[in-house]
Amino acid sequence: METLLNHITPAQLAGIRADFPILSRTVHQATDGSQGKPLIYLDNGATSQKPRAVIDALAHYYSFQNSNIHRGIHRLSQEITVVYEKARETIQKHLHALHAHEIIFTRGTTDAICLVASSFGKRFITSGDEILITEMEHHSNILPWQQFCEEQGAVLKVVPVTENGALDLIAFGILLGKKTKLFACTHVSNTLGTINPVKELIRLAHANGTAVLIDGAQAVPHMHVDVQDLDADFYCFSAHKTFGPTGVGILYGKEKWLNEMPPYQVGGGTIKTVTFAKTEYADLPLKFEAGTPHIAGGIGLAVALDYINTIGLDAIASHEHALLAYATPQLQAIPGLRIIGTAPGKASVLSFVIDGTHPMDIGTLLDQQGIAVRTGHHCTQPLMARFGIPGTVRASFAFYNTMEEVDKLEQAVRKAVKMLI
Amino acid sequence: MTIAETEREITEEFELFGSDWEGKYEHLIDLGKSLPLIDPNLKTDDKLIKGCQSKVWLHSALEGENVVYRADSDAIITKGIAGLMIRVLSEHTPNEIIDAKLEFIDQIGLKEHLSPTRANGLVSMIKQMKMDALAFKLNAS
Repeated sequence: METLLNHITPAQLAGIRADFPILSRTVHQATDGSQGKPLIYLDNGATSQKPRAVIDALAHYYSFQNSNIHRGIHRLSQEITVVYEKARETIQKHLHALHAHEIIFTRGTTDAICLVASSFGKRFITSGDEILITEMEHHSNILPWQQFCEEQGAVLKVVPVTENGALDLIAFGILLGKKTKLFACTHVSNTLGTINPVKELIRLAHANGTAVLIDGAQAVPHMHVDVQDLDADFYCFSAHKTFGPTGVGILYGKEKWLNEMPPYQVGGGTIKTVTFAKTEYADLPLKFEAGTPHIAGGIGLAVALDYINTIGLDAIASHEHALLAYATPQLQAIPGLRIIGTAPGKASVLSFVIDGTHPMDIGTLLDQQGIAVRTGHHCTQPLMARFGIPGTVRASFAFYNTMEEVDKLEQAVRKAVKMLI
Repeated sequence: MTIAETEREITEEFELFGSDWEGKYEHLIDLGKSLPLIDPNLKTDDKLIKGCQSKVWLHSALEGENVVYRADSDAIITKGIAGLMIRVLSEHTPNEIIDAKLEFIDQIGLKEHLSPTRANGLVSMIKQMKMDALAFKLNAS
């Protein structure tokens, strides 16, 4: 096997960028025929772009492989079932899960969390029990628990965030109580970039008899994740943030939990036998995969993971770290600019506010210059409230971003500020 | 000046900028900055237009036969757009406002702001302005 470098060389970066067709397009072409601006895509936290290999896999599926899995006796169905289950194994290996049947295909991270809240919640959490989350969670990792608690009479507790955007570990220790049945925590904050010490948090939670769900939506695209090493009970992520298709995500769950949990959605594919009196449900993983899944999406995700593994996650992490280290002081030098989220060792997310400007105005003027960033509350309204701000401008980098793009971001922000103030 | 005439005037004003996005947005920012401040008492939550990433307060009043709008926003470009809407629609009768085509938005290249996903509230702003006009009309009849 070819030895992977622990960084991305300039020549390699050019090749990587060429793998992503969208990165060569322009935006804001004027009606008078004048040239548009080259796209600078810095909204990877919202969704990542797709390499040609993934796009081709989707087209290939619909062109030559399309049929329903797990059902047919005919050749196409058998072929695609093998390909789909192979994709599951690729994902299992990528997360270093013990079994392929611990990998459940879902519609995304949100769907995966809803599955656990509904199914694990009903089976293991009762009135008066506590669910612990954190102040930096995405709404997707707040609302399912809030709704569950309202319906079942459980209590939602929240670990606060410190001024630099780290988790308050002392508060975590205090809030983790005898009644805490589940701790749900993001691996990497989508708004702040904070990388939480999830392995330690899981160890402490387990010592307390508390199960742990990790929202890995912002982690899997950027770093090695080993669910056995972390000892996570549940770990979920979305394909579309990991250079794969939209509409598909993964829930990893320990076999011991998944076997004990009732099905979430029921219907086609989840059963062994059905009579009007009683249904016997299928074994893992099919018990949790009601209906025809996003077959092409699951296959596309495996192709995306293969793709990032050819670059290597060490090289990806190193490149993204270099981008962040280069961008941070450049942006900080802009008068009035304040970075929200300065925890040590953070991921490649730069959230900022600028005195006297509204994030949306900055975002609009960056967009006019061809730069795609996210503005607003990033689906973390409680976190915005904690920092007393209406929202931020967020630039989030991926391995295909370049130092030149960081320079252009800095220049574009300066220009926007000059226009606004 | 009729609504259509004001729309035409604004279109001509923006035509000067051609494809110069900077000029266009600087103009919008200037419009935002020059929009008369509204009484802070009018910036209450019930005057807040929902569905905007920025806050937009809209106050509508019937003065004589005409509707008079006042607006503010915490984002300056949004405020500039609000200023344009006020220039076009304010001091017209409810019927004129309800029937306004508002084609200038497309013509001056702000069509992208009309996308509901844009979340800057132009769509909600127009809807609220027309709803208020409709309410005045129904109250009068």
